[in-house]
Amino acid sequence: MDKFTKISSVAAPLPITNIDTDMIIPQNFLRTIERTGLGKHAFSNIRYNDDGSEQKNFILNQPAYRRAQILIAGENFGCGSSREHAPWALTDFGLRCIIAPSFADIFYGNSFKNGLLPIKLPQDIIDSLIKDAERGANAVFTVDLENLEITRPDGEVIGFEIDPFRQHCLVNGLDDIGLTMERGEKISAFEKEQKIQQPWLYK
Amino acid sequence: MTSPRTLYDKIWDSHVVEEQQSGNSLIYIDRHIIHEVTSPQAFEGLRTAGRSLRRVETILAVPDHNVPTTADRETRVDSIESKTQLDALERNCKEFNVDYIPMMDARQGIVHIVGPEQGFTLPGTTLVCGDSHTSTHGAFGALAFGIGTSEVEHVMATQTLILKRSKNLRIDVSGPLGSGVTAKDVALAVIGKIGTAGGTGSVIEFTGSTFTNLSMEGRMTVCNMAIEGGARAGLIAPDDKTYDYIKGKPKAPKEAEFEVAVKYWNSLKSDPEAKYDNEVFINAFDIVPQVTWGTSPEDVLPITGIIPDPMNFKGLDKKASIKRALDYMGLKPGTKLTDIKVDKVFIGSCTNGRIEDMRAVAAVVKGRRIVVQALIVPGSGLVKLQAEHEGLDQIFIDAGFEWREPGCSMCLAMNADKILPQERCASTSNRNFEGRQGPKSRTHLVSPAMAAAAALRGYLTDIREL
Repeated sequence: MDKFTKISSVAAPLPITNIDTDMIIPQNFLRTIERTGLGKHAFSNIRYNDDGSEQKNFILNQPAYRRAQILIAGENFGCGSSREHAPWALTDFGLRCIIAPSFADIFYGNSFKNGLLPIKLPQDIIDSLIKDAERGANAVFTVDLENLEITRPDGEVIGFEIDPFRQHCLVNGLDDIGLTMERGEKISAFEKEQKIQQPWLYK
Repeated sequence: MTSPRTLYDKIWDSHVVEEQQSGNSLIYIDRHIIHEVTSPQAFEGLRTAGRSLRRVETILAVPDHNVPTTADRETRVDSIESKTQLDALERNCKEFNVDYIPMMDARQGIVHIVGPEQGFTLPGTTLVCGDSHTSTHGAFGALAFGIGTSEVEHVMATQTLILKRSKNLRIDVSGPLGSGVTAKDVALAVIGKIGTAGGTGSVIEFTGSTFTNLSMEGRMTVCNMAIEGGARAGLIAPDDKTYDYIKGKPKAPKEAEFEVAVKYWNSLKSDPEAKYDNEVFINAFDIVPQVTWGTSPEDVLPITGIIPDPMNFKGLDKKASIKRALDYMGLKPGTKLTDIKVDKVFIGSCTNGRIEDMRAVAAVVKGRRIVVQALIVPGSGLVKLQAEHEGLDQIFIDAGFEWREPGCSMCLAMNADKILPQERCASTSNRNFEGRQGPKSRTHLVSPAMAAAAALRGYLTDIREL
């Protein structure tokens, strides 16, 4: 997994509520056995016209935001399906950080496994960040995961919170399967006990 | 004395392998269902890292998302990509020795219908699948939730997940259901009340006489939709109805062991004094048949309602999002819901693809003719066999339905079953998102009886007035 320590980028404002996983990556593109290559299909239904040309009004098609690493969105971002194709598509596009008032639980967890940092902030702060972001190429934000700080284009610093374990894994690019496998003895002990209590789970 | 605990607390506590310094817990996972769309990258991850499956006997594999539902499914290839995924599942299961139900097996179907049918879903267990509607299995008092592919791989390799304890949200619905009102209407009404993010961070326990009086099929419909209310899992306490359903199923405990299991399962229900973080009480009397009008399951109204005006909502964001939804749906404020014409009807999915749903549709359409194209897709091969045994298939065919082979089908349109751009569908599925049933498709979520009524009239219809 890609490490996430600090990024500096413009931020694309997409203030729509309930941006669901079908919108992030439509079902047509789930028929892959790879994790990569989905970036060109991210937001496909609102990003392209029927003839395949780009929708000019869509924020990530506008010159200032085409290479944005940060997206600022409305509440309940990532609701819907458990498809990890959603964070795969966003990171493959080049996004590294989503800032929103709230996230759906499954999407939120999936993001951390893929080097994508979801940051929750209150709506009034989001509103002011969106104002900044609308200034386009002149408005560069810095997101610092080690220090849990966002620096606005005018230099003001805003703090945010992340579960310390998730922060640790993301900053160091750690594979949590490897970490859990080190707990193998504990898991075996649990199984031994459970097999006595609920033998029908061990047939 | 331990303090009183909820059903969720009890299942959680009995699965803690280790409390971690970070405040997270290492939680043991008893059951794992996999399908073709969210598992290939997990198997690939295992191979790359040289890891094996910790307990292969806890996994059940079934292809469902992009299987064809036409009679020629065995030789039909809807797309090379679908074929590649289906083949990958079969190959991976063979390589890792996973219990696999092939597409042409009579037991094949949607993972969330197959699990219970096979007795794979049991009370008091933790059950996961790379699919958000895994919440369905909560109807059995199993803590069941959808996970991403990285977590699929984590469970395969370690039989655990690193999780933070959720909050307890109680949703109590009491009283008898009115005429024409079904489990689906209850689920939609609950989402209308709490909103699509109302359950975020929580596990919902559904309590009250309305749920205890529902069949297992109805309970599955309700728990299935918990995710549409933002909750990763929904739960209903197991009772005699649950045990009757499980008894005799192929993978369920047998004989003396079944009795021991029931004793354990009976200890799981929430203690009378258990505390919930939030509670919502609804009188079943207030619920009438529901229909969604927008692009989120929370955009729901009684069928007697009219399309709302964005100007009547508070906040600029909300106004904009309602306007966006109505533009997408091609609807004008003030329109009566029953004046909305539909182009297609879809009956099926993990929400409403069970035998009871088939029976409900048959009861409405028997001896009548439908006026729009309508697909009826049983949730599993066993549902299909049972429906045919009862003669329901002939009722559907005589009425003008296409009676299909089992799969996820038009719920998410990954196979050839799609709604065309700007077409409007009355659907018994679970999501009305933009593009869900095909690019620019327009979805109205309803119960099976309401979908059948819409197929007969060609308009969204109040089942009580048919």
